[in-house]
Amino acid sequence: MTWAAVIALAGGTYALKAAGPVLLGGRSLPDLLTRIANLLPAALLAALIAIGALTSDGEWSIDARAAGVAAALLVAWRRGSFLAIVAAAMLVTAGIRVLA
Amino acid sequence: MRAARAIDPILRQALAIALAVGALGLSFGVLCSDTGLGLPMSIALSTLVFAGSAQLAAVGVVADGGTALAAVAAGLLLNARSVAFGVALAPILGGRLGRRLADSHLLIDESAALAAAQSDPAEARRAFRAAGVAVLVLWNAGTVAGWLLTGAIDVEATGLDVVIPAVFVALLAPRMGDGPSRATALAGAAIALALTPVAPAGVPILLAAAGVGAGLVLARRAAPAA
Repeated sequence: MTWAAVIALAGGTYALKAAGPVLLGGRSLPDLLTRIANLLPAALLAALIAIGALTSDGEWSIDARAAGVAAALLVAWRRGSFLAIVAAAMLVTAGIRVLA
Repeated sequence: MRAARAIDPILRQALAIALAVGALGLSFGVLCSDTGLGLPMSIALSTLVFAGSAQLAAVGVVADGGTALAAVAAGLLLNARSVAFGVALAPILGGRLGRRLADSHLLIDESAALAAAQSDPAEARRAFRAAGVAVLVLWNAGTVAGWLLTGAIDVEATGLDVVIPAVFVALLAPRMGDGPSRATALAGAAIALALTPVAPAGVPILLAAAGVGAGLVLARRAAPAA
C-alpha cells in the first residue's frame, strides 16, 4: 500500500459518496429510479454476506464462518438486536474452531 | 432500565451499531498491521476513506500480493454502492452545499441503514448523522486498538473474521419485510456466488446489483395495473 493509493482511494470513495447528495440536492428521483435505489442495498448486502460466508480466496468454501453467518441469519430472523446478531456469529464461529 | 430508556432511541441504536463496527475496526487494524501498513496510514484509511468494506478489500488485495492500483480498484468497486445509497438518501440530505459535502463523508452502509429505518425526514437526518459520527469515532478507535494489539488478538480463535458478514446480516434484516426485497437479496446473493470463481474480487458484488431486476419483476406482478 502506498500513500498515493490511500489518497486515490479516499478521493474516489468521497466522489462516490457525494454524487447523490451534491448533484441531486433535496430533489427526489423519478419513481422507477427510486424503487431501484431502494432495492439496491438488499442486492449488494446479500452479495457481501454470501461472499463472506461461502467463499474464500475466490473459491466456494464452507467453513466455520458459514456456520457463524447461519447463526446470524437465525438470530436476525428471530428479530434479535444488532449486537445479538454479531455476537451469535462470533460465538458459533469461534466455538466450531475450538471443537474442530 | 430507566436510564437506558432515557437515552434517545436513535442515539442508542447509533451507539449499538458503532460498537459493532468498532469490533470490526479491531480486525481491520490487525489486518493493516499484519500487511505491514504503518499506524498513520491505517488511521488515514479509516478517517479519509471511511468505508469499511472498501478498506478491508483494498488492504486484503495488498495482503494477497496485489498491486496498489488493484487495491484501489477493488476498494472503489466495492464502494460503488455508495452512489445508490447517496441517491436514495438525497431527498433527506438537502440543505446548503457545505452541509451536503460534510454529510457525504458520513455516508456509509450503517448511517444509510439507520436513516432508512426512520419514517420522518428530520429524524432520518438525525439518525444519519448520529450513526455516521459514532461509527467514525469508534471505527478509528477500533483500528488503532487492533493495530496496537496485533499479536495479542487471535482473529480466528475469537471469530473476529465473521464480524464483517454478520454486520451485513444485521443491516440487511430490516430490509427483508417485503417480497420484492427478499427476491432482490436472493438474486444478488446467487449472482455473487455464481461469479466469484470466475470474476476478479469485487466484480461479483458490483454485478449482484442486477438482482434488483428480480425485485422489480415481482413488484410489477404484485401490482399489475399500477
